[in-house]
Amino acid sequence: MAPVMDSDLVRQSAATLSAAMQAGEVTSVQVTEACLARIEEVDDKVHAFLHVDRETALATAADIDTRRAAGAELGPLAGIPLALKDVFTMRGVPTTCGSRILADWRPPYDSTVVERLRAAGVVILGKTNMDEFAMGSSTEHSGYGPTHNPWDLERIPGGSGGGSSAALAAFEAPLAMGTDTGGSIRQPAAVTGTVGVKPTYGGVSRYGLVALASSLDQAGPCARTVLDAALLHEVIAGHDPRDSTSIDAPVPDVVAAARSGDVRGMRIGLVRELGGEGYQQGVRQRFDEAVAILTDLGADVVEVSCPNFEYALGAYYLILPAEASSNLARFDGMRYGLRAGDDGDASVEEVMSRTREAGFGAEVKRRIMLGTYSLSSGYYDAYYGQAQKVRTLIARDFAAAFEQVDVLVSPTTPTTAFRLGEKLDDPLAMYLNDIATIPVNLAGNCAMSVPVGLSPEDGLPVGLQIMAPALGDDRLYRVGSALEAALVDRWGHVLTEEVPAL
Amino acid sequence: MSGSTAITRMPFDQALQSFEPVLGLETHVELGTASKMFCGCATEFGGAPNTQVCPTCLGLPGSLPVVNAVAVESTIRMGLALHCDIASWCRFARKNYFYPDMPKDYQISQYDEPLCFDGYLDVVVATDDGPREFRVEIERVHMEEDTGKLTHAGGDTGRIHGADYSLVDYNRAGIPLIEIVTKPIVGAGSLAPLVARAYVTELRDLMRALGVSDVRMDQGSLRCDVNVSLAPAGEPWGTRSETKNVNSLRSVERAVRFEIERQAAVLTDGERVVQETRHFHEDTGETTPGRSKEHAEDYRYFPEPDLVPVAPSEDWIEQLRSTLPEVPSARRARLRDEWGISDLEMQTLVNAEALELVEATIAAGVDQGAARKWWTGEFTRVANEQGVALEDLRVTPAHIARVEALITDGSLTDKLARSVFEGVLAGEGDVDQVIAERGLVVVGDDSTLMSAIEQALADQPDVAEKIRGGKVQAAGAIVGAVMKATKGQADAAKVRTLLLAHLGVEE
Ligand SMILES: [Zn+2]
Repeated sequence: MAPVMDSDLVRQSAATLSAAMQAGEVTSVQVTEACLARIEEVDDKVHAFLHVDRETALATAADIDTRRAAGAELGPLAGIPLALKDVFTMRGVPTTCGSRILADWRPPYDSTVVERLRAAGVVILGKTNMDEFAMGSSTEHSGYGPTHNPWDLERIPGGSGGGSSAALAAFEAPLAMGTDTGGSIRQPAAVTGTVGVKPTYGGVSRYGLVALASSLDQAGPCARTVLDAALLHEVIAGHDPRDSTSIDAPVPDVVAAARSGDVRGMRIGLVRELGGEGYQQGVRQRFDEAVAILTDLGADVVEVSCPNFEYALGAYYLILPAEASSNLARFDGMRYGLRAGDDGDASVEEVMSRTREAGFGAEVKRRIMLGTYSLSSGYYDAYYGQAQKVRTLIARDFAAAFEQVDVLVSPTTPTTAFRLGEKLDDPLAMYLNDIATIPVNLAGNCAMSVPVGLSPEDGLPVGLQIMAPALGDDRLYRVGSALEAALVDRWGHVLTEEVPAL
Repeated sequence: MSGSTAITRMPFDQALQSFEPVLGLETHVELGTASKMFCGCATEFGGAPNTQVCPTCLGLPGSLPVVNAVAVESTIRMGLALHCDIASWCRFARKNYFYPDMPKDYQISQYDEPLCFDGYLDVVVATDDGPREFRVEIERVHMEEDTGKLTHAGGDTGRIHGADYSLVDYNRAGIPLIEIVTKPIVGAGSLAPLVARAYVTELRDLMRALGVSDVRMDQGSLRCDVNVSLAPAGEPWGTRSETKNVNSLRSVERAVRFEIERQAAVLTDGERVVQETRHFHEDTGETTPGRSKEHAEDYRYFPEPDLVPVAPSEDWIEQLRSTLPEVPSARRARLRDEWGISDLEMQTLVNAEALELVEATIAAGVDQGAARKWWTGEFTRVANEQGVALEDLRVTPAHIARVEALITDGSLTDKLARSVFEGVLAGEGDVDQVIAERGLVVVGDDSTLMSAIEQALADQPDVAEKIRGGKVQAAGAIVGAVMKATKGQADAAKVRTLLLAHLGVEE
């Protein structure tokens, strides 16, 4: 390839940068400096980052360059910069989860994801903004102010991982890490025109991922291209004995799948319950066009029904708050993080109470209360118990559908990015954003959001969701890369090239 | 908040005339695994505070638990020894409540899916009519993690309220606990306190025999919650009290007795027993009210989503069953027969906590009679005086074996042997060191004794004459003088024999 110009470095994919580094055309330090300069230039407007660790990033980059120069065997992502969602612990680096209650907390240990990123030589630029403890679909619930969508700074970048998706769309980093409990990787990917993958539950270790809802949380890759997501997926996935729910099985070959991009003969199911009414006209239009492309590429497209999906949102908002209310109990001001109201007279209960009152935002408090209520004696069976049954029914719907088809598809979100503040006072409207993404978390299988164009009425990105069975992550990449290749062919570039200048 | 209070009690015998006690015992024991329940931290007792901790047992954000397989195995073995059914599939549960000794503000425990359930343990109590056996039914055996340890400084209550500050040591947080819960124990009547004690004793011995815990009660590794309620004869059970953290065998017995006496007085006065947790005070033997359960805590149990279910295979369970060691009751019966002692004599050894020590002493080559005599006599007395466990005395089975050998070869007398042990117990060294230091060797060579005898006869010619004249009973005066001259280090019987032979007098 031709030498890459400095000014273009930040727009390149990780795969391109990797090839250029291996060819000696560019160094990791140059790429890292370019990203840091871009952050410097645009993050005042975007606010994707909560913390940037310039020195460590450059030191890591220099180390990779030295090793490469010495002829060391390096993985494909060695020297590539990455933006890390602020929900992963990283030794000595602030980890706030977007909450004031963890304002000054620096963990004494690395999460498994960070350990694997370090081992792969990935350059971690810093920590990205998020809805507090990953509760939200807009990053407006961050304790440190919202992140702005680079497509339109008045709009939300999605959530909870809006910082990671915005960092990609603003060309602050070629790669980012997210976590997905009900759509927190896929929905931000959809509204920023980027790629996001929620791997199979247990596919990526949760050790060091600050828990929202343990049975739903899953870490996954975010990128501007399907291949980049696959390269990152390969680095972070795999069994971890420190996470009991981690799957002890080989990781599907997602990189090969992303390179193949062949859907000929694949059976693709349209989920009847995810589409139609309640979905924005432009979203439906771009979705339908994408499905037509898949048909043209040789896939066999049929409609399937998943009748229990309509109960998913209700079940999710019983299970998630229940687990969250317990997971967030530890933030009590006794051992780390914020301590409020310790005036020498207050009892331990009072200090705990004042700390939680001062440290948690409204959405976190709302969900803790919901969860505490649904687990209460006398209500458990009616709420938490019933929700678990719905979960089983949804898993059965998926199992039945995957008898007929290889993957399922739907729009990732019902609408394009809404305006900041638009749904802040209407939690229910906010929750409806995740209506198409939640079933996958409840069933524990995997899904991807891939950009399929701009909605004609507002010029904002639309995402298509691909869903596959547990451990069928490679299928996501086959379909995603096929679609991406066809669309890039049509557009002449990846969708993010159309992000307006900041 | 101890000290004598104005709690009204009804004399025990009188209480039993009107009421039938119902007991329930919940026993928590720290398992003797090398690492904690859900992380790799060491479990060793006595480390400097907060040195045996990691992100997981500190409950740091992002940390996750991983089940200790040895703890599961120990629990299953304990369940099998208690004749329990073993669950083929069960889950951990979170017990949610806020307290600073709990790093996560929830405890990982088991709730409605215990690993072991429906078993029993037979215990024996001594009565005036001889030993009597009781079957204590077991409701469940489950696993959980221990909390940290709080120390409250300042204030005068020793509790968190009123303290100036509190220190917390998380070394204990995450230590594996096994909880054994009985079904209600009814029909013990006046033997209820003894049954409670015998049950906990048997449980402890069983765990030691299985090697799942060394059960150091002085280190708080066994804690018992004692539930007591009273039922007027023929009527339904009354409201129960729950006395928390009773941590010695004697205290279990006393707590049951006290609660029977207290509740009988309450009910006889026409009052009602309050459902509450109570604290037992070692110094007074009384219980005082703690938290009232009228506004009971709602623990919001739900299955622990960070852990996968425990699903022991049938093969594994059978393998563990086939390798269970001899249980304490069977062992006692075997030793009783081997040693040829009575049930009562065996019970005496058990009550004195001397069975293991006696067995080890016999194994060291000592005659069973002598072994039992030393441990249940002299050493039990000393242990009681010092208020320590028999096994914590400085004397060992090897010491006894050495002393007995010296007695047999005539180097020590019983009296000197006592002096040797006095030295050993005082920390003066082992048997031979004490003998050397104290100069405790029997004056045994005939020429030394003979010169002392001749000297005594010369000093008391009138006595010598009497003996020669056939008054053998007068020999005592000469023997006494010889013993005095040898500072008691001669064998009196031997002196007497030598004396009579010297004088040519027949016994
Ligand atoms: Zn630990």
